[in-house]
Amino acid sequence: MQTIFTKAMARNVFLGGAGFFLIAYLALSYDTWQQIPKRDHANLITPAVAEGKYLVDTNDCMGCHTINGEGAYYAPELDVSYKTYGPAFIRAWMMSQPTGAPGRRQMPNFHFTQDQLTDVIAYLQWVGNINTNGWPPNKQG
Amino acid sequence: MQFKSQAVAKPYFIAALGLFIGQIILGLLAGFEYINGTALFPYLHFNMARMSHTNLLVVWLLMSFMGAAYFVVPDEAQTELYSPKLALATFWIFLIAGALTILGYLTMSYSHLAAATYNALWPTMGRGYLEQPLPTKIGIVLVMLAFLFNLTMTIIRGRKTTIGVLLVASMWGVALLYLPAFYFPVDTVKDSYSWWWIVHGWVEGDWELVPASLVGYIMLKTTGVDREVVDKWIYIIGAMAFMSGFLGIGHHYYYIGAPAYWLWIGSIFSALEPVPFLLLIVFAFTTIRNRRRDHPNKAALLWVQGETIMAFLGAGVLGFIITLAPVQYYAHGTNLTAAHGHLAFFGAYVMISLATISYAMPILRGREANSIAAQRWEMTGFWVMCVSMLVIASALAAAGLVTIFLQRYTANPLPFMEVQQKEAVFFWIREIAGLGFFTGLLIYLRSFFVKGGYNYAAYAQQAMSTR
Repeated sequence: MQTIFTKAMARNVFLGGAGFFLIAYLALSYDTWQQIPKRDHANLITPAVAEGKYLVDTNDCMGCHTINGEGAYYAPELDVSYKTYGPAFIRAWMMSQPTGAPGRRQMPNFHFTQDQLTDVIAYLQWVGNINTNGWPPNKQG
Repeated sequence: MQFKSQAVAKPYFIAALGLFIGQIILGLLAGFEYINGTALFPYLHFNMARMSHTNLLVVWLLMSFMGAAYFVVPDEAQTELYSPKLALATFWIFLIAGALTILGYLTMSYSHLAAATYNALWPTMGRGYLEQPLPTKIGIVLVMLAFLFNLTMTIIRGRKTTIGVLLVASMWGVALLYLPAFYFPVDTVKDSYSWWWIVHGWVEGDWELVPASLVGYIMLKTTGVDREVVDKWIYIIGAMAFMSGFLGIGHHYYYIGAPAYWLWIGSIFSALEPVPFLLLIVFAFTTIRNRRRDHPNKAALLWVQGETIMAFLGAGVLGFIITLAPVQYYAHGTNLTAAHGHLAFFGAYVMISLATISYAMPILRGREANSIAAQRWEMTGFWVMCVSMLVIASALAAAGLVTIFLQRYTANPLPFMEVQQKEAVFFWIREIAGLGFFTGLLIYLRSFFVKGGYNYAAYAQQAMSTR
């Protein structure tokens, strides 16, 4: 076995295999890239949605929450938040934080203006309409 | 130590272990916030503890990879490092920039940190593992470039072995794959899709060459195995890692907005991802069994063997359990992923770092191996850390299963927080095991303070008398 399977052959398997699958990945990614704007309704990314995402990012919402299952597992999934609770509830909820309930996980108050809250909610609404192949399984996320 | 310039590895290893301590303390604090959400809240929000925990992990692993490369590459190339001064300069820049960034995480709210570092000019902040402000990100790239320049010049000047070349190539991969950190589209799906180039590209692709080549190096140095054999193993392990991992990235694309064909592609190829880890076990264990010499550093060999087993359990087995699309449908975004993440990072990357440090540090301190007493401390630390990490992963997996059955795979799903409260017992177990892990780390660190080297004469005499 040692003499039949040489080091040069092993190297060729490594380089050839890596090269082949890299090209396959790039080709699939190219196709995915074309499909994404249709699947996530990129035409609905308004300035408010973009501003909402900036607020979500710079306040590290995914440091506790998940969005489409990505992020931290300390707080609920946000993909379903708009459909499950609606804009008025989300706004009131964020304004009333932190609850201070003893022992319970706390969410900070980010001191958003009403306009900023509108933007965050617009982003959550847009996220909730992405075609995620039917995930999550139910409205609890 | 054959080459004087290998000594630059030492500060890297020491700083890596120092940051490791910080990582564990912040992990314990974050874990405590799962149990009691109010006690620390005024001072330390969960996300601050979490991002410090994960970023410290990345920084110290990179530190130890760099140290390993500075130790291994001159030896493999059979020449002094191109510029030891540059290596020391980048060490201090990296350490200070890393420490300042963590201080920023812990002392400011994230939005203030973003504003203070002009994030709005070129937004990059807010993604997991990539929370660093823009100046830190640029600093990481510059440090990596200086490091790569140094290593590449060394290799060009010297002997080009498979271990040396693949190690340097994998470090180039680390740097290149970090570049998408500067690409942060508003479109959330493209954002997630490209984020995985970095995270998956590192830990389920490029980084796998690191344990492959470092296990290979340590085997070469401690067992007397033929280089030809080691090289073949490394290539085959690397080939399997890339052939399964490049399309295995599909398992991250199932439910984030990417097309449905990823359900099939991701399932098929990620099911093969345990193979390279299995091969790593076979490589290490057969090589040690067929060894032609007995190296006195038993602790290093224990780390290598443990590395292959734990990497297989964490990255291979736990990864496989959640990777098939129908399973991931329920497991996505639960603590099952955290269980896999903890055991895989520890098994594959923490343990290869500690194995390399275990092999290299005695040599950097002027001896082939540590005294038996020091090795005993080290091996006790090994066992306490491994067992604790297995308990942590099991507790997180149990919590994830509770989420699946109460919140996902049920006709009557309960709200997130209600389910989390039912998982409290598992978060307690995780926290206690975390304290166990920290104890193991302290026991391990104690081994560095036991004086003296390996006493060959006394050991030989003892071996003769028991025969």
